[in-house]
Amino acid sequence: MDSVARRLSAVGAGAALELRGVTRMFGALAALTDVTITVRPGERRAVLGSNGAGKTTLFNCIAGDFPPSSGTIRFFGEDVTHFPPYERIRRGLRRTYQISALFPGLTVQDNVYLACRGVSRGRFSFLRPGQNDALMHAADNLVQAVHLSAVRDQRVAELAHGQQRQLEIALALAGAPRFVLFDEPAAGLSPTERAELIEILTSLPAHIGYIIIEHDMDVALRVVESVTMMHNGRVFKEGLPQEIQSDPEVQELYLGGGHE
Amino acid sequence: MSLAHDARVSVRPVSVAQRPARTWPEINNPAAWIVAVILLIMPLIASGFFLIEIFATTLILGTMALSLMFLAGYGGMVSLMQLTIAGFSAYMVAVLGVSSNANISLGWPWWLAVPMALALATAFGTLGGALAVRTEGIYTIMITLAIGAAFYYFTNQNWAIFNGHTGINTVATPHFWGVNWRADIPFYYIVLAVAALCYFAVEYLSRAPFGLALQGVRDNPRRMAALGFNVNAHRVAAYAFASFVAALAGVLQVWNYRQISPGSVSVGACIDVLIIAVVGGITRPIGPFIGALIFVLLRTFALDFLVRLGLDGNRFRCLIGLGFLAIVFWSSDGVIGLWQRWRQRRGADRFSGGRSHG
Repeated sequence: MDSVARRLSAVGAGAALELRGVTRMFGALAALTDVTITVRPGERRAVLGSNGAGKTTLFNCIAGDFPPSSGTIRFFGEDVTHFPPYERIRRGLRRTYQISALFPGLTVQDNVYLACRGVSRGRFSFLRPGQNDALMHAADNLVQAVHLSAVRDQRVAELAHGQQRQLEIALALAGAPRFVLFDEPAAGLSPTERAELIEILTSLPAHIGYIIIEHDMDVALRVVESVTMMHNGRVFKEGLPQEIQSDPEVQELYLGGGHE
Repeated sequence: MSLAHDARVSVRPVSVAQRPARTWPEINNPAAWIVAVILLIMPLIASGFFLIEIFATTLILGTMALSLMFLAGYGGMVSLMQLTIAGFSAYMVAVLGVSSNANISLGWPWWLAVPMALALATAFGTLGGALAVRTEGIYTIMITLAIGAAFYYFTNQNWAIFNGHTGINTVATPHFWGVNWRADIPFYYIVLAVAALCYFAVEYLSRAPFGLALQGVRDNPRRMAALGFNVNAHRVAAYAFASFVAALAGVLQVWNYRQISPGSVSVGACIDVLIIAVVGGITRPIGPFIGALIFVLLRTFALDFLVRLGLDGNRFRCLIGLGFLAIVFWSSDGVIGLWQRWRQRRGADRFSGGRSHG
């Protein structure tokens, strides 16, 4: 925990992400009810919960894919509740998708290049990038960092599932991310690929916080320092990983059942 | 190793040498050079009829269809109003410039009328695009078709500007430096230059950030927003660019026929542009020109052919329709796709696994 404390003190006070009373209705159905969550800068947190607990809806509200029905969302102090997604992304928020959301008609390199271009100037540039284009190099480095150099010039439609999941993460790390939302990044990965994923997550720079939705407790609890447990669209419990794991109510609800 | 940190700060030259040069694929393609040379020396081999009625007309229609190919192939937006934008630009050249309808035409010189027509038509197309980008798929088709139909009926009924169903006739064409630029050979070269410019601009843009982002919008608009792109602004900008290309073709068209009337902007003509683009292939910029050549050849010669078979010559549309059906059934990426697959098969036979360049 010592390293965590050092890391958190390094990025200063104030919340990275602050949700107050966030509610999201789909017709008469409340997918989220009065969710209040505060995440400090650099903090790494898991969101657990069964299917339908509202985890992905929570991500969609934070990232702006659709706005909350009521409540406020602050990102590093700024009220972003009514911002379109791209304005949030330009402020350092990133997300990945549970089902890979890539550009199948483009190459791996072009996918990552677009991610780098999206958070910098010149999105409308009519000029092709030259050999020494800084964003091209940034894209090259990202491709290499997620071990996809061998398939850099292949179209994404031709990639294996595990490679697409890695690319999914690369897209979320372009530019200068301050906070990332990982939506089940380990879904469908082999044990080796899971180990690589854990290595990627734990080696992120200290100032980058994230929330990760993950059903695999082995992955989730190794890469976070706090846990939010959701149930039926509400925050059910918050605490340290070991507290949540040993909590009888949580075990009853989530960890128990199927295991025994 | 820290991922995001590397991505942002380090600019080590990572394996730059291995990257295939992002240049023109055509440069290494002998067929492209042969086509370019033939197009350049065309006036030496073709008569005036072929030069204008076949090749210049093909290039003008191809440029209009190219603007649709840019929107549909790269942006995933099927716009049926590309011909309407070209027609608007053609009307503006006639209205602002010189024609035999002196009560309507303002009599501006061509070098004033043409830039103004291009600007107005681009603005018109961008506005239409701004309406259309709020919709997706079939609704984009419906909205742009509605704009095309509305413009057609408006030109039919408006006499103050568009001169109703008779349209505007004997539109003046540029004469300067002692050259009549509407004479067959100079006009062919003007058309060739504009078409080539548009072709290379689209080809170049497809690898520039603007074009890549447009392809990203086509593949996954939601993810593009989650990467920091304003998706609708990108779509509207694509409409603006495509409108400018279509407007250029419209200027050439009114110079070609020296008149413009509602018949040239009918709904049927709007759909012809879609057919040309789809038959040629909307995955690459060369497709629309191939589609236009097929269309013009059929339109010109199917008549004689059908009459010889004892059928009504006006049934050439039937042939085009059958061709369209065949293409949609068997090759969704048009004639270009057929050609590519044929080459790939041949290439694979010869050097097992050799890949086509593009």
